[in-house]
Amino acid sequence: MSPTSASTATAIAEAVRSGERSAREVVDEHLAAIEAREPELHAFNLVMADEARASADAIDRARAAGEQLGPLAGVPIALKDNLCTRGIPTTCSSRILEGWRPPYDATVVQRLAAAGAVAVGKTNLDEFAMGSSTENSAFGPTRNPHDTSRVPGGSSGGSAAAVAAGFAPLSLGSDTGGSIRQPAALCGVVGVKPTYGSVSRYGLVAFASSLDQIGPFATTVDDAALLLEVIAGHDPLDSTSIPQPAPSLRSELGRGVEGLRVGVIRELTGEGIAPDVARRVTAAADALAVAGAKVDEASVPAVAYGLSAYYLIAPAEASSNLARYDGVRYGLRVDASNSPEMMVASRTAGFGDEVKRRIMLGTYALSAGYYDAYYGKAQRVRTLIIRDFAAAYEDFDVLLSPTSPTTAFAFGDKTADPLTMYLNDICTIPSNLSGDPAVSVPYGVGDDGLPVGVQVLAPAMQEATMLRVAAALEASR
Amino acid sequence: MSDPISRDDVAHVADLARLRLTDDELDHFTEQLAAVLEHARDVEALDVADVAPTAHPFELSNITRPDEVRPSLDRDEVLGQAPSTEAGQFRVPPVLGEAP
Amino acid sequence: MTDTTTTDLAAPDAGLPGGWQMVIGLEVHCELSTATKLFCGCPNQFGSEPNTNVCPVCLGLPGSLPVANDAAVTYAMRLGRALHCEVKPSVFARKNYFYPDQPKDYQISQFDQPTNIEGWLELPDGIRIGIERAHIEEDTGKTSHVGGGGRIHEAGYSLVDYNRAGVPLVEIVGKADLRTPEQARQYVAELRSIILAIEVSDAKMEEGSMRVDANVSVRKADEPYGTRCEIKNLNSLRSLVRALDYEARRQIELLEDGERVIQQTRHWDEADGRTHTLRSKEEADDYRYFAEPDLVPLDPSAETLAAIDASIPTLPADRRQALATAAGVTPVEAAMAVERGLDDLALAAIEAGANPARVMTHVEHNLAADEAVRLDAANFAGLVTMETSGELTATQAKQVLAEMVETGGEPGAIAAARGFEAMETGALESLVDEAIAADPEAWAKFCAGDAKVTGAFVGYVMKATKGQADGKAVTELLRRRAAG
Repeated sequence: MSPTSASTATAIAEAVRSGERSAREVVDEHLAAIEAREPELHAFNLVMADEARASADAIDRARAAGEQLGPLAGVPIALKDNLCTRGIPTTCSSRILEGWRPPYDATVVQRLAAAGAVAVGKTNLDEFAMGSSTENSAFGPTRNPHDTSRVPGGSSGGSAAAVAAGFAPLSLGSDTGGSIRQPAALCGVVGVKPTYGSVSRYGLVAFASSLDQIGPFATTVDDAALLLEVIAGHDPLDSTSIPQPAPSLRSELGRGVEGLRVGVIRELTGEGIAPDVARRVTAAADALAVAGAKVDEASVPAVAYGLSAYYLIAPAEASSNLARYDGVRYGLRVDASNSPEMMVASRTAGFGDEVKRRIMLGTYALSAGYYDAYYGKAQRVRTLIIRDFAAAYEDFDVLLSPTSPTTAFAFGDKTADPLTMYLNDICTIPSNLSGDPAVSVPYGVGDDGLPVGVQVLAPAMQEATMLRVAAALEASR
Repeated sequence: MSDPISRDDVAHVADLARLRLTDDELDHFTEQLAAVLEHARDVEALDVADVAPTAHPFELSNITRPDEVRPSLDRDEVLGQAPSTEAGQFRVPPVLGEAP
Repeated sequence: MTDTTTTDLAAPDAGLPGGWQMVIGLEVHCELSTATKLFCGCPNQFGSEPNTNVCPVCLGLPGSLPVANDAAVTYAMRLGRALHCEVKPSVFARKNYFYPDQPKDYQISQFDQPTNIEGWLELPDGIRIGIERAHIEEDTGKTSHVGGGGRIHEAGYSLVDYNRAGVPLVEIVGKADLRTPEQARQYVAELRSIILAIEVSDAKMEEGSMRVDANVSVRKADEPYGTRCEIKNLNSLRSLVRALDYEARRQIELLEDGERVIQQTRHWDEADGRTHTLRSKEEADDYRYFAEPDLVPLDPSAETLAAIDASIPTLPADRRQALATAAGVTPVEAAMAVERGLDDLALAAIEAGANPARVMTHVEHNLAADEAVRLDAANFAGLVTMETSGELTATQAKQVLAEMVETGGEPGAIAAARGFEAMETGALESLVDEAIAADPEAWAKFCAGDAKVTGAFVGYVMKATKGQADGKAVTELLRRRAAG
């Protein structure tokens, strides 16, 4: 399943632009791959075959008419099913939104269309992006293409599996506590969580607003950079969007790591990390040293509190973001004799257990008498984490850690105890709390032969340096 | 240190969040939420009184838009998504009382 | 809530029995007259077809995000500064509660860091009423109840229109400084004048663009505050005064009967003249406020605030004071002219040398609020001078003024065209003599001190002169004749 050079997004776009291949031919090939293996994997909630062919044909016509084609001309892309697509069902893998057709497109969806990308489907996820295995999807789990008895990770498991299975060279996910990076690691693909505010959240169905960020999945660092260049940049429809143009990333990738200071995060390489995963992180550090980087151990003490802070902040925001699913304006309604009862009946029937758990946790953390002890405290811890990262970045250009403590686990392994599942996110959560970017790069396999991901972290808006390091790791495999 | 979350707390929180739980679910969720909150005690124990809270990773301010009209949605498209409508409006069962 | 001492010093009489005193605090919601809603580009427009001014943002559709309206923020700060508030760095917060007219089931409002804090407003008699805060928030949609006569508790179902959802509001939370329904009325009237003067809202209570909720309690003077009730549905100043009167008496009756006042929200019913229980507030609402993560803080620069201050015109209190000083009256006496926007005209006329008392009389009795625009101040002054010099009688002056308002003409020309020329005293004297001769019986009564017959003589002269004689001059001549 390792990508051939002809199947990368950059190669496809080049071939379509030059006329060597038609967009239609490319999309048909990918739809055939989907048809062959989708029943086994369930990466998609919806395959948009007709729409995909129609947009591919439109690109071919545009080329025939002599129009300038975009940077993703004819490139198939899978979209996480929490990104709004006009007139096309957007479910968040929840019964409560089943059948909802948004009357608008997310900003990223618009930018993809403008760049010539061809959306092939909406991918499965843990309900409302709450989970680390896609087992919380109301429509059944996605399977890991490397071993179908294992989870693909989550919450963007469908997007990771789609790229890993060759259903599309690119996909988009969202990352609130690791939901891009962890499934990327478990499925052996590249996954980027950009700087908070660098990609517009307009049209991303919110889980935790101060942590959510949309980002790319790809088979190569170069492809991930290409996609990020297309979707990043200021959007006036998102007040938290950083008012700066999208950075140039691809041009930096080949610069190597000579002289870069790389710190391996001590607090994320010891206890709780499987030895085979830890060994791959060491191997990655060694490879960077060989390539000329100055590698040393780094300390970011407050990351130890990341999980606790995250599981107070994210549910608190989620409890409010998910209040709107009340059966009045869209989505599921379970009838009752009065409105308060109708709301209770609709929400009780429409949400799965994990969503209910987090709504209740967040409601509790915000409720009178507990705000200061929980939510207020967690926000102060967030400040500590930001400070500790800032201190580490005085000495280092980038930081290194595992992405996930283990390789892909079996279905049902961690569903009984929510806390065990949450512990999957210890390495990824700190970047969401700090707002800084991070990327997971496939770096060999564990003892079970399944992919291991190494995480490269960087200061805000330093995606170019971060991806340079990721590209060096990719080259050293 | 706060007391562990009780069954009554969970019932109250479910009520605030407009969720109905069976007795079994109430037991189950109480146990699970207590475990998560128990883990969060490491945060509870930290002395961060002098640390300012972060609501947002970056310090942006004064982001506004000009007061210019933009097109609204087509009403049929909006109401087409609703469970129940009447006379161009969203229809709901009796609301029982005024908003709080 | 804190109390300002100025009010207690004044301690006006609410006409309550047995040493009872009212304590009133008002919360006023004011819709800002921006072109678009608070967080989206939908029109902020009253009276459109239901659900036509809606978009993903104001419908709270999944994935949508708010972006604050620059004009709404500026208007809110302008209102804050006009109320002498401190404009602080502020953040939006979510107020979480479920209700069908609330599209996101939370309202974006402000909580612990509102835009405006600690201001005051001055009533015409000089009493200052404290303003605790004036914060920005979004309005809800509108629910109408079908069946059961449209009453909320008996309706068969309800319909929701989200055109109003997201319309920008400022909530002005006044301190519990008011002591009488009349003061409350003055407070709202004054607030409305300020809002109109700074042009941030049309402030129409009847249309709901200005909504008043009242917190009322009663106590014996010098005792601590009693339990308060919140009264809603006050759609006019008249309702406000009636409801406060009713509610105070209801609470006093309860307390005098040895019962207690229960903290609750009550609904004013204009038809039966009573307040009715809406819901008990014994269990405090838990709104789970937290900083709105989809919006960033507002932190106006010194330049921004200076520009806002510069945009505020002279406010009603200062205008009352200016006119009072010029006209030699009290600010209360100057209030009506200011309320009607006629104070600039009056000031200009007085400055041009017109008699202040006559100017104030015309402004109060002979001019309507919207008439100042067409009236030239110099011409107005000229008219008053013609009147005080005796060239025109009061009645003539009133007629000339009416024509000036209509045509914008000059008083001398209008008076001449109408044939209003000062009647010579000699001519008037002979007419008075004629009148006396015509009714010797009445004259005898007049000389005996019976003023009731004056009208008969004045009427005679008026008839003879087709209304052009000066009634006062006639009366004066009669007195002189009687005095012999």
